[in-house]
Amino acid sequence: MDFELSEEQVLLKDSVDRFVQNNYGPEDRLKLSQTELGFSREHWKQMAELGWLGMAFSEEVGGFGGGAVEVMIMMESMGRGLVLEPFVSTVLLGGTLVAEAGNNEQIESVIPSVIEGETMLAFAYAEQQARFNLNDIETTATKSGDNYILNGTKIVVYHGATADKIVVSARTSGNSRDADGISLFLVDKDAAGLDIRGYATVDGQRAADIRFDNVSVPSSALLGEEGKAAPFIERVVDRAIGALCAEAVGAMSAANEITNEYLKTRSQFGVPIGKFQVLQHRMVDMYMEAEQSKSMSDMVAMKLDLGHDDDTRKAVSAAKAQIGKSAKFVGQQSVQLHGGMGMTDEYSIGHYFKRLTTIEMLFGNTDFHLDRFSSLS
Amino acid sequence: MDLSFTEEELAFQAEVREFLENNLPAEVKDRYQRGLHFDKEGQVRWQKILNEKGWMAPNWPKEYGGTGWTATQKYIFAQEMGRASAPPPMPFGVSMVGPVIYTFGNQEQKDYYLPRILNSDDWWCQGYSEPGSGSDLASLKTRADRDGDDYIVNGQKIWTSHAQHADMIFCLVRTDQDAKAQEGISFLLIDMKSPGITVRPIIGLDKEHTLNEVFFDDVRVPIANRVGEENKGWTYAKFLLGNERTSIARIAQSKLRVEHLHEIAASERVNGGLLNQDRDFMRKLTQIEVDLMALEYTELRMLSKIEKGEKLTAEPSLLKIKGSEIQQRLTELLVESLGMYGAAYESQAVREGRNDLNFAPDYAHGPMAEHLYLKAATIYGGSNEIQRNIISKMVLGL
Ligand SMILES: Cc1cc2nc3c(=O)[nH]c(=O)nc-3n(C[C@H](O)[C@H](O)[C@H](O)COP(=O)(O)OP(=O)(O)OC[C@H]3O[C@@H](n4cnc5c(N)ncnc54)[C@H](O)[C@@H]3O)c2cc1C
Repeated sequence: MDFELSEEQVLLKDSVDRFVQNNYGPEDRLKLSQTELGFSREHWKQMAELGWLGMAFSEEVGGFGGGAVEVMIMMESMGRGLVLEPFVSTVLLGGTLVAEAGNNEQIESVIPSVIEGETMLAFAYAEQQARFNLNDIETTATKSGDNYILNGTKIVVYHGATADKIVVSARTSGNSRDADGISLFLVDKDAAGLDIRGYATVDGQRAADIRFDNVSVPSSALLGEEGKAAPFIERVVDRAIGALCAEAVGAMSAANEITNEYLKTRSQFGVPIGKFQVLQHRMVDMYMEAEQSKSMSDMVAMKLDLGHDDDTRKAVSAAKAQIGKSAKFVGQQSVQLHGGMGMTDEYSIGHYFKRLTTIEMLFGNTDFHLDRFSSLS
Repeated sequence: MDLSFTEEELAFQAEVREFLENNLPAEVKDRYQRGLHFDKEGQVRWQKILNEKGWMAPNWPKEYGGTGWTATQKYIFAQEMGRASAPPPMPFGVSMVGPVIYTFGNQEQKDYYLPRILNSDDWWCQGYSEPGSGSDLASLKTRADRDGDDYIVNGQKIWTSHAQHADMIFCLVRTDQDAKAQEGISFLLIDMKSPGITVRPIIGLDKEHTLNEVFFDDVRVPIANRVGEENKGWTYAKFLLGNERTSIARIAQSKLRVEHLHEIAASERVNGGLLNQDRDFMRKLTQIEVDLMALEYTELRMLSKIEKGEKLTAEPSLLKIKGSEIQQRLTELLVESLGMYGAAYESQAVREGRNDLNFAPDYAHGPMAEHLYLKAATIYGGSNEIQRNIISKMVLGL
């Protein structure tokens, strides 16, 4: 057993930390989140040049063969700076689905260009009636000659309006909520019949609602076997959850440092407010939540690198449930301990609170994962 | 002990209900229901309607324009306002400075300001907090120095809600630089149009502009605008904070949110059923409902004490703590009820136009903004940590 990073992993961590230090001062981040795009293409290029966009892909598809642990390292550091670029959407979701479910042709047409930073992706899976159930899909794909015709609405597709191609889950057979009968398609952003409506999310990122109105795609857009996508989706999403857990750990540790420093420097009643015991204990609770979260995040990354069985699934849900709870607590208390300062958008602590709030909900909130955990027992 | 309403009280309830049904402007109700910040024009129009009916200030003594209602009637009125989705009047005039003026002001001040407050002729804001003085309010530094018949005011206030709309600000200022912290403070009424006042916006977590910094640079304020005695302002300030803390419980509004949650839960789908069949979700909602009920009966018990002429000590702090925590749990659950749409966020300007940006149901536009804004409920009006300090000291003697 070893929770320590290898030399190479330390280098990776240092490199992401440096990127965050250079590009993600609190004011830079606020400004960037308020641009129309919501992130920086410049940064994206840098990430490509640094090799990060290929980190999570296997060597067979042209990547660097990093595993969940490498992703965890990167995401934790990015979480500290609340990085806005669509790394999860493009690489961990869209890209990985193509790399794992797609055929050689599909992989070759997409993955190298993702790794070079040329192509951005999004994964359109959520539907309103589904809440967090990945198999609850009412969007349909109907075979018609050599094509599939897609109909339905996907919601809150992170980076859906800036993606060049969208990976979408749709039902080719079966009843809604059946695992069987779910297929994945790779759809061009310009496909006729697509209605993409982009908007901001509360965490300063961008999402889109996407309506498919008789969108016709060739059979070559089908990723993997018809009707057999559910296991791919579950596995890829579980790894993305591991990544979000790491991001939350980074965000919590940064929020805790900022708050801890504030307790030492803000004075009221003639003393630093950190002298009040009730605030000391609160800060200790925040610290303990962050420590427990770090343990769970490391654990889940290591398990994800071993395979994907029920034990992994339980680990993912346990980590997400525990980190969701901690993320809420740390985010909310960071604001509380800052008093009025915590309520302004000009100061960074509130941005951590907002991102931590959405991480709790993305890919299933705490209740959802407690349920999933207990159903796997 | 008796919980039931008398026949007169039931008739009163019917009267209030009917009045609200017929007189609450639809746009005002709509904004309030959707959790948008008010717009000034609509808010003022609504307050004037209340005033015309004589119901603007249920808590004021009758001689100054109050309603002369019993505690039960006031309770009924507040409940009916909540039930009808009627926004309560802005607190700064009628709940905060008004009572200070009729309790400590001179005749001229009462004659001039009180009718203007009732008729919403002046929009008031509260100039207490400063950058260095939040919880430790008595350390405030904004100073007022005498010059003939005037004070010259210099300093800075911060977190001043809605100052950008305000005609008047009531301010705590230091008039004796040498006295002990609490003893050198005075309470001034300052015209926001006075030369030397600058208001700068602070954008909140919800991306909206409700907060401000207010700067005073050699602002001339007539000594006649001081309420009560010089250097006795702290007494008046504390009196005001006590009033603020009861109204901050916001029980009627929380009940409205509970109802709203039931509506959403009857419409959101999950696992092929409805959210209101989801045990975990409904348990959380039910727990809040029960806590809210406990708070409501605590408030009623305290109102009954006041009615009997008993003095309250730190009870308002209890209402503030429990009320604000419930508000936050409710908005958090509202966000949760939306599933993935909880993450979507548009500024108010966009939300006013409703569903342009995405395909979300109407009710999804608003809860996150409220959730963000109400993080402040445990901070403003004396933070919950400070309220707990007050209870432990004043009630428990610790
Ligand atoms: C949305 C909003 C609207 C507001 N509107 C107004 C307004 O209109 N007018 C106005 O004058 N002010 C207003 N305020 C200011 C508000 O009253 C102050 O924010 C509040 O008093 C806290 O002060 P502070 O922000 O300086 O925080 P601080 O006093 O610096 O407190 C920081 C943290 O330390 C804690 N703390 C401080 N002292 C102690 C202690 N002794 N023991 C334990 N914990 C302690 C606090 O609870 C808090 O968690 C508003 C604030 C907000 C957020």
